[in-house]
Amino acid sequence: MKVAVCDYRAGNIRSVEIAMRRLGAELTDDVDGCDLAILPGVGSAASAMDALKDQGLDVALKQRFADGKPILGICLGLQLMLQSSEEDGGTECLGLLPGHAYRLREGRIPRIGWAQVDDGATYYFAHSYAAETPKATAWSDGIVAEVRDGSFLGAQFHPEKSGAPGARYLAKVLEEVRSKSLSRA
Amino acid sequence: MAGGRVVKGIKFQGLRDVGDPVDLGAAYSDRGADELVFLDVKATLEERDTLVGLVRRVAEQLSIPFTVGGGIRTIADADALLRAGADKVSINSAALARPRLITELAEKLGSQAVVVAIDAEGGRVKTRAGTTETTLDAVEWAKEAEERGAGEILLTSIDADGTREGYDMAVTRAVAAAVSVPVIASGGAGDASHIAEALEVAQAALLASILHEDPERLTSLREELRQMGVKIRDAA
Repeated sequence: MKVAVCDYRAGNIRSVEIAMRRLGAELTDDVDGCDLAILPGVGSAASAMDALKDQGLDVALKQRFADGKPILGICLGLQLMLQSSEEDGGTECLGLLPGHAYRLREGRIPRIGWAQVDDGATYYFAHSYAAETPKATAWSDGIVAEVRDGSFLGAQFHPEKSGAPGARYLAKVLEEVRSKSLSRA
Repeated sequence: MAGGRVVKGIKFQGLRDVGDPVDLGAAYSDRGADELVFLDVKATLEERDTLVGLVRRVAEQLSIPFTVGGGIRTIADADALLRAGADKVSINSAALARPRLITELAEKLGSQAVVVAIDAEGGRVKTRAGTTETTLDAVEWAKEAEERGAGEILLTSIDADGTREGYDMAVTRAVAAAVSVPVIASGGAGDASHIAEALEVAQAALLASILHEDPERLTSLREELRQMGVKIRDAA
């Protein structure tokens, strides 16, 4: 299993790499040829989009999605797949998924901490923006926690920072990749 | 931390060596800690950078959120720590010296990765690991930090630090009421009731002295809190 973690020089990609290595994945830089490309998510939308474009990752991810190859987006990595985000005064995103990211309106913002998702497990969240999309597949406190569309799977929470439940979530993702159920040929 | 070891004092004085950061980090993670915070308390004073290599080794052991602070003065400092495996950086003295740093970091890293640590004594802010007084009021500084882009406030009461007599509820309550970002209460935890009390007003409670001699205490504290009706996640 070859996994490429997109390094767009925004924040902590190392925790995703550590989590993947623990699950036996082999890390590669080859976003086109890998079995799973991960778009991690720390940073702000505008600076992340700029960095993606600088490195040609926007084109690579669009191509990968068009080819039906598995992509996992985490936190901001989920939001960047949408059409736009309210962050940084309005940011145009990759536009691979319908919907947009809006600034959270209730509770303390950023929403930081452990929260339960529909599947019953408790995961770690750290975000000020959230997705509004018809492609949502799981929620947490009414906030979109997971998105699926074609070969894309997005998690608003950080499975790589969510202890044992997070490791189980990532293991399931790798199983979907292995069995081709996340591929759209 | 100081000198690559975990140290703990009382009211910021008399730091004692209590263990190896890699071992303790792993022990707390294994026992259900929700998050790990490393503060290199001598970094500012000794004008040296936080130990990036140590952060790398600790991060290797963890699968929970990891906040690192101490001596961070620039975006490059913060970036190096995040790339070593920290999820958030905690800034304190450098933010007091140049508040614009908070905004710069928030713009680059996102607010959720920027913790502003405030050390308060008698409601006033102290800087440089509690060695230097300022004229700032803790509540006012917390509000300014939030406005400038802080994603969390880590509020340590120097008066309560290491005493195990309970959190400084007055300053914690005042700061939590004044800001709308999450507040982490720190300093003074001695038993489960103290933690429960802090969690009524703050969004997280930091534990240090109470755990360092006996990491196993974390397991029993979580169970006691659960029995008191405090929502504690199932870490298994």
